[in-house]
Amino acid sequence: MILLKDGQVYLSDKKKFEKADVLIDKKIVKKIAPNIEESKAEIIDCTDKHIFPGFVDLHCHLRDPGYTYKEDIATGAVSAAKGGFTSICCMPNTNPVIDNVSTLNYLMRKARDVGKTKIFAIGAMSKGLEGKEIANIASLVKGGVVGLSDDGNCIQNAKLQLNVMRYGSIYDIPMICHSEDYSLSGDGQVNYGYESTKLGLPGIPTLAEEIMVSRDIMLADVTGTHVHIAHVSTKRTVELVKQAKKEGIRVTAEVTPHHLVLTEKACEDYNTNTKMKPPLRSEQDRQALIEGVLDRTIDVIATDHAPHSDYEKELEFIKAPFGVIGFESAFPVVYTELVKKGIISLELLIDKMTARPAEIIKRDVGLLTEGGSADITIIDLDESYIFDEDEILSKSKNSPFIGKEMSGRILYTICDGKFTWKKA
Amino acid sequence: MKNTLNLTGRNLYDLDDYSVEEIETIFETAKVMKEINKRDYKKIPTLRGKTVVTLFFEDSTRTRISFELAAKRLSADVVSFTSAGSSVKKGEGIQDTVYTLNAMGVDLYIVRHSCPGVPKLVNKYSGKPVLNAGDGRHAHPTQALLDMFSIWEKKGSLKGLKIAIVGDILHSRVVRSNLIGMKKMGANVVVCGPRTLMPPKIDEVYGAQCVYDLDTAIKDADVVMALRMQLERQTEGLFPGLSEFTNRYGLSKKVIRSAKGDVLIMHPGPMNRGVEILPEVADSDHSIIIEQVTNGVAIRMALLFLILGGKPEREVA
Repeated sequence: MILLKDGQVYLSDKKKFEKADVLIDKKIVKKIAPNIEESKAEIIDCTDKHIFPGFVDLHCHLRDPGYTYKEDIATGAVSAAKGGFTSICCMPNTNPVIDNVSTLNYLMRKARDVGKTKIFAIGAMSKGLEGKEIANIASLVKGGVVGLSDDGNCIQNAKLQLNVMRYGSIYDIPMICHSEDYSLSGDGQVNYGYESTKLGLPGIPTLAEEIMVSRDIMLADVTGTHVHIAHVSTKRTVELVKQAKKEGIRVTAEVTPHHLVLTEKACEDYNTNTKMKPPLRSEQDRQALIEGVLDRTIDVIATDHAPHSDYEKELEFIKAPFGVIGFESAFPVVYTELVKKGIISLELLIDKMTARPAEIIKRDVGLLTEGGSADITIIDLDESYIFDEDEILSKSKNSPFIGKEMSGRILYTICDGKFTWKKA
Repeated sequence: MKNTLNLTGRNLYDLDDYSVEEIETIFETAKVMKEINKRDYKKIPTLRGKTVVTLFFEDSTRTRISFELAAKRLSADVVSFTSAGSSVKKGEGIQDTVYTLNAMGVDLYIVRHSCPGVPKLVNKYSGKPVLNAGDGRHAHPTQALLDMFSIWEKKGSLKGLKIAIVGDILHSRVVRSNLIGMKKMGANVVVCGPRTLMPPKIDEVYGAQCVYDLDTAIKDADVVMALRMQLERQTEGLFPGLSEFTNRYGLSKKVIRSAKGDVLIMHPGPMNRGVEILPEVADSDHSIIIEQVTNGVAIRMALLFLILGGKPEREVA
């Protein structure tokens, strides 16, 4: 048994904080109440600390199988645990692609063996992510995927995307859309606008996202499928999603920590760790994203943890791959830049990193309640520190936040009643 | 000569980190270098014992030759590296290429690459001063300096001049560096070209005026610069074809008439005669296109001299 004493506990059912103790027995939260006495328990003093439900990440890349020089299931799980995550959903762009049950089984088995973090798989929409034929969706769903996505390989053919949604609509799982029109994004490297002009790099217009989001929303409407828009990056996308929700279309949306706190200005030094898709946008877009989080147009904050090795990123900007890691910086970054500055509430941030993503994948995680699973993260909100490259546990170090000062130290992560991270 | 500012050890990525005074110092030094280039014996010993590498990952004739001549006239040892036929073709990355060259003892790198930002990367890996000889469509500061020097020589100053730059603005690194430099030196720059070949927010980024009509751009201009138009933009769907482009944006005698009587015609080269500029203009009395090339060597000598710490009065004069 583990007894967490005197912490500020986020009660998921009430969506608010109370000072209490939390008693964990095996995999279950046995009791949440003040002044619990339990002589047999390992006691963790949580005075002045916050006790949250373990975070749930809707969007990450674990690179396993196929690209284990970037990350593997074990290092990904450990990195996630260090970031306070207890459940993560990984994208299918591995090699082989998660478009078949045997690859899915490999992933699930390895995830179980590692154990550190609950890993949920997202299956491919199209075979081989090639955008040509529908993947074996029924088999994948039966095998346990929590969503479908061709993330990073957006299906350009509208008819195929329509049929994927139609075919998959009977399973009631989210279709996660990385909405990008490749004819518009082309060889773009950074946001089309001020910085693309200044840096002399080809730009990716916001339109590349917005035109596809419009399509995907229409397809959601027509098919009745739940469409989840991945990593929203533009003002107009926020407006499109807002309007769709108003019309009752089944659309949800996520935003990444980096799009919430950084703008295209971060690319000025040609730092390849600021290169990702969608690209960092303008300040106006960033403000709209925050607005979307506040008015609940944007449901979820998801990392899009995308590891790339140093020798892939230590290249000319144009040659470097898109993507940044995110598990270990997600909470502190958003906490520091948005909560601490009074822009969004801590409760809202927790909701978007726990209950909301869990609702979207329809899994019983991300809630801190009596009788619920003991998935917990304990954080010292006041501790400030420099985000140090040497402390990153992911196999890859491609973070735009290296060297930045942040608050919110993740002290412990508990998954299924077991410590998966302890800050030494 | 006036040489009050010390530029020793500096990088030149683009003109934004150079002040007006520093740019003037470069011009004053170039003036001296230009004199040296007119001598029978075109060589001074200032950079004896220094090693300069021209690191060209992208094809270039004039810029590389111009830099090589500049370094040689200052008595530096010059090594030319071109990616064609090098270990880059065997898959060696930029990091290892620079480490390797650096291990042989290089004092300064002159870098051209198709990807913006690479000069900075070369400095990061070498710790040595880097001169940007063109990085993608980002910057080409030595071209801008020689362009500005050519104007400065003829007009005495750039202050208040109307300078029109015409053509494919989007893909031009020459424009970007010139916009920064000319603005700094007090000129009013107008850029002009088809809207599909105009980068976004160019007015906001550089404080330049942007027009799509050639006559408006050229009216009362002190300087008109044409840019090389590349045919492949047609297949990229950015403009319909060369003949329509020439009709709308080509510099002919007729359109130049609305510029000032003493207008200077410029082109960074290589020229497409009959496309962005007609021979009647390129070869006219107003044209200083050939002198730009001459000035290029002088400007590059000045930069190498100043950055590698040449001692002015004693050895130059």
